[in-house]
Amino acid sequence: MKLKLRYDFQMICENLLAEKLKQHGVKYEVDSQGEVHILQNLTSAEKENLIESLHASGIEVIENQYIIIVQKVKKIISDLVKNELIGEDFKISEHIEKELPYSYNYISRVFSEHAHTSIEKFMILTKIDYVKKLLMEGNLSLSEIAFKLNYSSVSHLSKQFKNTTGFNPTYFLNLKKQMESN
Amino acid sequence: MPFNKLNIVLADDDEDDRNIFELAISECDLQTDLKLFGNGADLIKYLREPDTMLPNILFLDLNMPNMNGFECLEEIKKDPGLRHITVVIYSTSSSEKDIEATFLAGANIYLNKPANFKVLKKTLKNILTLDWQYQTSNLTRTNFLYRF
Repeated sequence: MKLKLRYDFQMICENLLAEKLKQHGVKYEVDSQGEVHILQNLTSAEKENLIESLHASGIEVIENQYIIIVQKVKKIISDLVKNELIGEDFKISEHIEKELPYSYNYISRVFSEHAHTSIEKFMILTKIDYVKKLLMEGNLSLSEIAFKLNYSSVSHLSKQFKNTTGFNPTYFLNLKKQMESN
Repeated sequence: MPFNKLNIVLADDDEDDRNIFELAISECDLQTDLKLFGNGADLIKYLREPDTMLPNILFLDLNMPNMNGFECLEEIKKDPGLRHITVVIYSTSSSEKDIEATFLAGANIYLNKPANFKVLKKTLKNILTLDWQYQTSNLTRTNFLYRF
């Protein structure tokens, strides 16, 4: 028997985190930014223990302020893409400035320095990644995807796909189909 | 963030190519740690040593004596401890057959050895920053396929 699986990474991570925190008997709240507020005082040994145990499951506690900003921007962009809110004339700068209490200039500089790519490039990468996912699910044609994600034309989507991945969408789809039938 | 430094490994039997690669990486302006191997057998042996810090990204030449790149790729993808490593095929071959075969065997990225140093540097930087994004965001790694 062969099962084809699709994962909701965010949900998996949230559940894992909840399980881990419960294991440690910690009272907590998660805010809309994805930050965990611990509602009790932990001794430094308890804190270290918790960080260690999270680390073992692949969850890293971030201490560096800049990396926190980068992660927030990445989360904002992933959410926007997943909810199909980014159109051709979408102003990511305005949206990010609304969500975070810093100027876009500052955020964009921090992002480039610590994520090693620009916000614009990351947005395109995330979008194309989402296009790949939709293509793989196989329910939508390329023109339907272009329309759904607010591309001005199929050819613009194809071009961006090719520029980002090095393939055209049809080649990618054939390749993935072959991989699955292997 | 799971790491601050990108661990890179290259297996290539040509010494000049290894040196050029090392120079290009060092000029990329990223925090990296690079290890070089001259053939596939040494590489696989290194990856399986218990105290090896596994690379985030592995560049494989296809034509090597003593276990070629394709055999290495198959070996890595068979091994549950190694299969999540990002594999870049780094080859002079631009045959569609080679390209397709390596993707089907599980390679993530296919890079044709660029003809000049400037292009190599630029492409490597592209690849490294791309891998960085896949390591530090929710991008779906099942679709991690690129060609340069």
